[in-house]
Amino acid sequence: MLTLTVNGKRSSIDVDPAMPLLWVLREHLGLTGTKYGCGMALCGACTVHIDGEAVRSCVTPVSRAAGKNVTTIEGLSHDLSHPLQRAWIEIDVPQCGYCQSGQLMAAAVLLRENPHPTDADIDDGMAGNICRCGTYPRIRRAIHRAAEMMAEGKSR
Amino acid sequence: MSAPAAVSRRVFLKTSAATAGSLVIGLHFSTLAPSEAALAAPAAEFVPNAFVKVAADGAVSVIIGKAEMGQGVYTSLPMLIAEEMDADWKRVRCEFAPVDPAYNHTAFGIQMTGGSTSVWSSYDQFRKAGAMARAMLVQAAADGWGVAPSTCRTENGFVIHDGSGRRAAYGELAGKAAEGKPPAEVALKDPKDFRLVGKAVRRLDTPAKSSGSATFSIDVNRPGMLVAVMARPPVFGGKAKSFDASAAKAIRGVKDVVEIPRGIAVIADGYWAARRGRDALKIEWDEGPMAGYSTEKQRAEYSALSKTAGAVAHNDGDATAALGRAAKTLEAEYETPYLAHATMEPMNCVADVRADSCEVWAGTQFQTFDRMYAAQAAGLKPEQVKIHSTFLGGGFGRRAVPDCHMVVEAVQVSKAAGAPVKLMWTREDDMRGGYYRPYWFHRVSGGLDDAGNISAWKQTIVGQSFMAGTPFEGMLVKNGVDATSVEGAADMPYQIPNLYVDLHSPKLQVPTLWWRSVGHSHTAFVVESFLDELAHAAGKDPLEVRRALLAKGTRPRGVLELVAEKSGWGSPLPAGRGRGIAVHDSFGSYFAYVAEVSVTPQGELTVHRMVCALDCGPVVNPDTIQAQVEGAVIFGLTAALRGEITLANGRVVQSNFHDYPALRMNECPQKIEVHIVQSTEKQGGIGEPGVPCAAPAVANAIFAVTGKRIRRLPIRAEDLRHA
Repeated sequence: MLTLTVNGKRSSIDVDPAMPLLWVLREHLGLTGTKYGCGMALCGACTVHIDGEAVRSCVTPVSRAAGKNVTTIEGLSHDLSHPLQRAWIEIDVPQCGYCQSGQLMAAAVLLRENPHPTDADIDDGMAGNICRCGTYPRIRRAIHRAAEMMAEGKSR
Repeated sequence: MSAPAAVSRRVFLKTSAATAGSLVIGLHFSTLAPSEAALAAPAAEFVPNAFVKVAADGAVSVIIGKAEMGQGVYTSLPMLIAEEMDADWKRVRCEFAPVDPAYNHTAFGIQMTGGSTSVWSSYDQFRKAGAMARAMLVQAAADGWGVAPSTCRTENGFVIHDGSGRRAAYGELAGKAAEGKPPAEVALKDPKDFRLVGKAVRRLDTPAKSSGSATFSIDVNRPGMLVAVMARPPVFGGKAKSFDASAAKAIRGVKDVVEIPRGIAVIADGYWAARRGRDALKIEWDEGPMAGYSTEKQRAEYSALSKTAGAVAHNDGDATAALGRAAKTLEAEYETPYLAHATMEPMNCVADVRADSCEVWAGTQFQTFDRMYAAQAAGLKPEQVKIHSTFLGGGFGRRAVPDCHMVVEAVQVSKAAGAPVKLMWTREDDMRGGYYRPYWFHRVSGGLDDAGNISAWKQTIVGQSFMAGTPFEGMLVKNGVDATSVEGAADMPYQIPNLYVDLHSPKLQVPTLWWRSVGHSHTAFVVESFLDELAHAAGKDPLEVRRALLAKGTRPRGVLELVAEKSGWGSPLPAGRGRGIAVHDSFGSYFAYVAEVSVTPQGELTVHRMVCALDCGPVVNPDTIQAQVEGAVIFGLTAALRGEITLANGRVVQSNFHDYPALRMNECPQKIEVHIVQSTEKQGGIGEPGVPCAAPAVANAIFAVTGKRIRRLPIRAEDLRHA
């Protein structure tokens, strides 16, 4: 049995410890916001946080998450209140939407590490996440917008 | 089965004369009858037609038969209804329709999404549906107040009688309106009175797509559901001779292994076990006639074919004679590869087959066919099959499949398993599974007269027809010419006196399919690049050459002028940068792009800026159009710079995003500028027509800065190195 804490909730799961975390999240815990895209850490659709670090859950054995705090898109906020989600809505970033959970989770770590990113910082920081619809220009704008919101929130 | 096609509007309009009466422009209210599902609504709900419901609490639900794959119909179609209803936009939501003739495409006669047609083909239908709802709500209010309906007005979800100062919310009126009779005819708003249509309105699906709660078919879970992964032949046209499932069955979680016509399915309690089980199968394949085939072989065959006469697609004047008389002639070979759609959500489908029913959950562009094929595969009647449409994690044409193989596989496996099954394709299965944009080879010759004007153009196109063998063949393949193979070349907008286009459609086992922008995805590259070659050969400015060939006052000329102005065509650029221009129309919309690029001597290309001008007629949501064009530029550049599916030893070489890369954020142009012509002309599409100009604009810019002519895609560093 493995014990995981996902979005603040503890669960015990009896699975192959080599099974990628992605499938535990999606199939055992019903957290389908995290997506399968490539299975090889190439596209970023499966990005989640383990103890605050962005990881590709499609290649991360569930055993690596045991005893740690996992955050998925469902835990980024419960009410779309995260500045990134607010910015995503304000700028209407998604098209098909499939990659967006991963984009948001990658962007959350980027902004935590660099609260005032330049275009180049964003381009480099988000280069691991593919969007086939080509929403990149809006992702970039929305990350800047979220950075502004976060700065405003702090200065209040 | 007779069925019209999800093809470009131009092709459709051209060929529709032969399919009597399928283009329905004047709608009658008989086509607005409520669907069966809508009629099952609770009593207090007002359901005037198949497209709109008003609940007692005032919520307005718009039901769409179209697939939402990113292009924005989940918002634009509700906007049309809300506009005519004067609904409170904050109370409007959208639902996906069941399969029902009420939701058939108004031009194509089946329930489907494709050909960049959703908005123009639903425009009057949805506006009328909204106007009808409004009229019935007004009647209900007027009856209650004992006043004439003509003395009432509507605003933001209320009926208002100014004379008496009374107002009633739509929700309050729903019960009474539900008892009313639909009007025989309704008036539509004058577009100048639009409050919503034409404005940038936020998408209705963004919140769900920003919280992880939007449901794609891959997210569907059913009680007792199993997951299946399939082994399909490694060579197209092959089949399994024998297989040994013992190692697969020994894997924890694997429940069963079954053979169906398209391959061998491992059924397990989850994806991981199914995937491991699939990889543990020992299969002996009969590789079939494609064993040993390669892209090199195909290129040689196609090149040879291009030197022979094909089926004539267009013939004005006498191109051969005019080439003979020309002061100067050019000949070139152009080549574009097979392309995978590579939707972010790999193919998948959920099916639950029971003795007397079948339910399917799919992200699909082709509901009518899906139901027919699911019924056939389940051994049931179509009316026993229910298709639940979900969001699509990308479509680009891949989820509009005439043979519905994605659905058929899932139904067959569920039937064999006796349980609900989610059939999943791995990324590798998806990328190697075929249904590609065909590999195309063009041989093109052009002649210039003494004044440097283009006097002749002869183009031979070689590539597979994906209409052949489908229900669309009768409509779209005429005299050996598949209209979708030559669109954009045979009907180019340029006034060239001697123009000849012919086509070879070799048959191969590689499954091919429409891919965002269909034939235009290759013809625009070749036509716009070769036109640029002729312009340079004549010593003329590429913009001026296009101006001379496009009459003033026409829509292509309009976007050309706009892009020239916005890009600063002819103005100085920083050292090492060059501009390229392309203009092309498809799906009833007109596009022109200018690319600004630089190239290092080692051949490293940077696309700095793309300036886009377009005329798609009256706009519903300008923000969606901007997003679609930004995305189309990146989709087109991904293909131009990276996209290539090749064959070696009969097998697809590429397998995942490492060897079939998509452009990433740091590889995209820093600036993509979109300029929309304010137009009252005929409405066109927007999902696809932004793709075709991207490749030729960049290729022409590369020539401007390096003198290197790009005649094959994707663009390779080795073709760009310059001193």
